[in-house]
Amino acid sequence: MAHIFFDHISATPVDPRVVEAMLPYFGERYGNPASHIHDQGQTALRALDASRGTVARMIHAQPGEIVFTSGATEANNLAIKGAAAGSKDKRHIVVSEVEHFSVLNALLPLRAAGFETTVLHVDRDGRVDPDDVRKAIRPDTLLVSVMHANAEIGTIQPVSDIGRIARERGVLFHADATASAGHIPVDVDAIGADLLTLSAHNFYGPKGVGALYVRKGTRLESLIDGGFQEGGYRAGTENVPGIVGMATAAEIAMAESAGWAEKLAPMGRRLWDGLATSIPLLHFTGHPEDRLPGHVSFWVEHAEGESLLLLLNMQGVMAASGSACSSNLRGHDEEDLVASTVLKAIGVPSDICTGSVTFSMGKENTGADVEHVLSVLPAIVSRLREMSPTWLDYQKQQESQG
Amino acid sequence: MAGGPYSEKVMEHFMNPRNVGEIENADGVGEVGNPACGDMMRLYVKVEAGKVSDAKFRTFGCGAAIASSSMLTEMIKGKTIDEARAITNTQVSDALGGLPEVKIHCSVMAEEAVKAALDDYSKKHPA
Repeated sequence: MAHIFFDHISATPVDPRVVEAMLPYFGERYGNPASHIHDQGQTALRALDASRGTVARMIHAQPGEIVFTSGATEANNLAIKGAAAGSKDKRHIVVSEVEHFSVLNALLPLRAAGFETTVLHVDRDGRVDPDDVRKAIRPDTLLVSVMHANAEIGTIQPVSDIGRIARERGVLFHADATASAGHIPVDVDAIGADLLTLSAHNFYGPKGVGALYVRKGTRLESLIDGGFQEGGYRAGTENVPGIVGMATAAEIAMAESAGWAEKLAPMGRRLWDGLATSIPLLHFTGHPEDRLPGHVSFWVEHAEGESLLLLLNMQGVMAASGSACSSNLRGHDEEDLVASTVLKAIGVPSDICTGSVTFSMGKENTGADVEHVLSVLPAIVSRLREMSPTWLDYQKQQESQG
Repeated sequence: MAGGPYSEKVMEHFMNPRNVGEIENADGVGEVGNPACGDMMRLYVKVEAGKVSDAKFRTFGCGAAIASSSMLTEMIKGKTIDEARAITNTQVSDALGGLPEVKIHCSVMAEEAVKAALDDYSKKHPA
């Protein structure tokens, strides 16, 4: 059976070169970088320093500006809460409504503590209008946080414009580059970011490791009390094997990601065009041009998202959905099932039957994978529609209208 | 077959749902759920000599919703009206080898559908 992984926004297959680079740090190189007087510790510290330099180069930063974390969620929490705690008197934060939960939910305790927030709306393509950022900034605004690219709908935000506006107004700018780094160029100076989030498993590195870029001179408080690791921003012994893996993945991405994008962009267009002509009542989401390469997202009427994913999986195709029913199958009751806030934000109607799908391709995918998806999906959609009472009603309505 | 979040029985009914369709001139039709909530079921029943002689369904929804609908139609066929009315969501879910906690409402939808269809039947055929 086919094995087509089109869910790279959730995880990417770890590159074998990354695994190879990590392995010695699980075995013979077991030292703690904080205990670096002896050889084992020195080995670990050298690996950590080299990795910091590599990850910094990927985003055109200085090594001292990289804080390794357990992943993007921790990095986003550190950016938002750390900047808030580091602010002397400013109490206002601006974010977009399509940010990841680790940004939006990090605001909850801050609001309870008296911080004020402005959540910016996006347009139908999921884009933030930089002018809205300009209008939202107040004298007491400390931070603007807008993601570089949205994982669910693929839209790339005008982060450079937003960064420039924040800089002009003396406000910190945080960009969550989880979905973009390693896929499209990320340059902290071009973006004008003071804080920028990275996640290794989104660019063929291991899970459980990420980083926050912290521009030199940025006031940021640590969230974890402990030792002096990571420049005092993040206590706790570093995940050396993970960090080495992240750096190896960054090295590979610097050398190869332009080629991946060149390959994936036309595959994404082929999938987009093929779906547009083969499935009626299908609506694409996200910006048609300014989007991640090889990322195609849409919703269809009269077929539910989880059912689409289950049937795709039966055909060996692994994808994601923002539909409520597939949101949290390990939850405890129905209340745990919620439709994606991103889909709501871009105006996907919730009063009709819809199923959303996100296909996100990666470097190992081929044109044949796209053709396979195009060969199976129309029948899957038809099959679910044939079962749906709403489709029956829709067809009768069409007939009566002649 | 791949594991996934569901029992084998759920997947078997999802992949091969029984009794999909509609019954022309059904004796009772019940529609429950709400597309905005992600699932909706329409159940058609035929009643002969006080027993459910046929049942068909159309459902918009997730794997659990489709499997619950399919299983329900199997369970009510041949039952008396009172027996069919007495079917609970737990019986549907048990027959499917259990459902994830968040999907229990799908079996509730099935229970409500049979009650709605039989209410419709009673209204159309007053004793």
